[in-house]
Amino acid sequence: MGKNAQGETPLVEVKHLKQYFDISVGMFATKPLKAVDDVSFTIKKGETLGLVGESGCGKTTVGRTILHLYKPTSGEVWYDGAQIGDKKSLAEFRKKATMVFQDPYSSLNPRMTVADIIAEPLDIHKMYKNSQERRDRVLELMSYVGLNSEHASRYAHEFSGGQRQRIGIARALALNPGFIVCDEPVSALDVSIQAQVINMFDELQEKLGLTYLFIAHDLLVVRHISDRIAVMYLGHMVEMADANEIYDHPLHPYSRSLISAVPVPDPKVARENKRIVLSGDIPSPLNAPSGCPFRTRCPHATEKCAESMPELKDLGGGHFVACHRTEEIN
Amino acid sequence: MSMLEVKDLHTSFFTDAGEVKAVNGISFQLDEGKVLGIVGESGSGKSVTAYSIMQILAGAGKIVSGSIKFRDQELVGAGEKVMKTIRGNKISIIFQDPMTSLNPTYTIGKQLMEAILLHTDRNKEQARERAIEMLRLVNVNEPEKRMKQYPYEFSGGMRQRVMIAMALACEPDILIADEPTTALDVTIQAQILELMKSLQKELGMAIIMITHDLGVVAQMCDEVIVMYAGSICEQGTADEIFYHPCHEYTKGLLRSIPAVDDNGERLQPITGTPIDLLNMPKGCAFAPRCDAAMRICLREKCERMQINDDHAAACWMNVAKQQTEKDRKGGEA
Repeated sequence: MGKNAQGETPLVEVKHLKQYFDISVGMFATKPLKAVDDVSFTIKKGETLGLVGESGCGKTTVGRTILHLYKPTSGEVWYDGAQIGDKKSLAEFRKKATMVFQDPYSSLNPRMTVADIIAEPLDIHKMYKNSQERRDRVLELMSYVGLNSEHASRYAHEFSGGQRQRIGIARALALNPGFIVCDEPVSALDVSIQAQVINMFDELQEKLGLTYLFIAHDLLVVRHISDRIAVMYLGHMVEMADANEIYDHPLHPYSRSLISAVPVPDPKVARENKRIVLSGDIPSPLNAPSGCPFRTRCPHATEKCAESMPELKDLGGGHFVACHRTEEIN
Repeated sequence: MSMLEVKDLHTSFFTDAGEVKAVNGISFQLDEGKVLGIVGESGSGKSVTAYSIMQILAGAGKIVSGSIKFRDQELVGAGEKVMKTIRGNKISIIFQDPMTSLNPTYTIGKQLMEAILLHTDRNKEQARERAIEMLRLVNVNEPEKRMKQYPYEFSGGMRQRVMIAMALACEPDILIADEPTTALDVTIQAQILELMKSLQKELGMAIIMITHDLGVVAQMCDEVIVMYAGSICEQGTADEIFYHPCHEYTKGLLRSIPAVDDNGERLQPITGTPIDLLNMPKGCAFAPRCDAAMRICLREKCERMQINDDHAAACWMNVAKQQTEKDRKGGEA
């Protein structure tokens, strides 16, 4: 069990989630782009699930589809024991689940003051009785993320990247959410600022009992913040396990190469490190390979891998892997 | 012998808001066949240093003073004519974003050949052969076919390979790589770094690797320069910088990244916000964010001090440490 998780009942449950986008391939013809193809997982209350993978693997789409920013092609999303689907449940869900975006430069409206940006969710859901209450709540939120009250009347362009990300986080906290999808929240920040923001996520989780889906490509950061990590490749989940377990003992050939490719900030380790360098690029999701999506780059692929998609199987201890040859290659 | 020597370089941008001293008096040397890493956050002046060497600064940017010597030839003030014989020929540069550094309206082949035709006296047919040879060198499959394709038909990693092929086509002595893998995915980054390393060994060129990623530095570099607010804080071999950092900023940077054997404990961030180059503090530029700052740090900028043969830093802490050691020895005697 993770360091922050409380209890066993999942707060967020995703079942066989699929998200296809229709891409036009001719004047009238369209073809489905399978951005997310049959992904299932659960997140416990107070837990952080890290979602990693390379660009185009569908990790951002998973986050957005859970929040119903895209209508799922099929599959179910459950929050706190209730399925999200009709208008009413969605409206309630939107108060409970929010998002922090990657780019603090484009995700804040340059024409709004910081106070108005942070209060926008309050305005939309009419969460205050008078302007005094609104102002108090804004100042409270600003103190959560370490901004001074004098910043309230300024505009986003007056702030540095790290401070802007704090504004975005304050906005995400406005409605007292239980669940936050963090989509690469620190990758646009400088190294010295990243640690400040990561620590803030940790502190807010402890203080407010938040549950995170933490999407990122920096594996060292994800491992630091997550209780469990899920690895995605070409719309499929290929491995999921406890954060340290997956980092120390990855079983799927893709996770193994991904983790070995992380540049380690330690020259001696880096010199001895035997990297598994993959050949080739990620195939286009429009022309995904048959069977296992990773087989075109996998050093262990056999004929069987081309025939059928391996299932995500529990190997015990909550370590899930989707590979036909797990036992043979490890 | 050092092949590139930068001495007391000052580069400024003259904006409406005032003079921005992007590079503020830096000196370093690059030896034959070495990989030098320049690390720093945005605004530290690491890219401007590279652009100053190549003299490709934007309109408002200007080298104010200092000297850049390439094989004893002074480049500052040498003029466009001289620089044209240097750029792409002796010193090449590759940029962060392979998406925007290729012209979308020309084929890959044409763009590669352009570089070769411009800098060598090969004819068109020879240039074509050389271009194909270069693509093969950077592990692009089916180079003959790829020559006729346009940039949009290439993935990010492939485009960066093309950029490297272009930069190396004239066998430069120095390759400047400005955040070459920042826009790429981890597994593709591993491919490109591996490629750069093997090419460096094969061709014996020197590389200046500009990055903010300490992991990339640990993997690639022999020597490291750490920059903050346009100045060099610390300089030394990779092992010295990573295992015996002597500047508070470097120490802070190394503390703030999650460790390899991370146990989930809180990270130790550097407090405060990045520096505003228009309002530079009087003393050490890092002092306002430094936990160990002393009174002298706020008053006076520390000069660079040699720690040992492979290591120099500009931090008052070292001066203080040396002073106490001297006092103690004096007391014993």
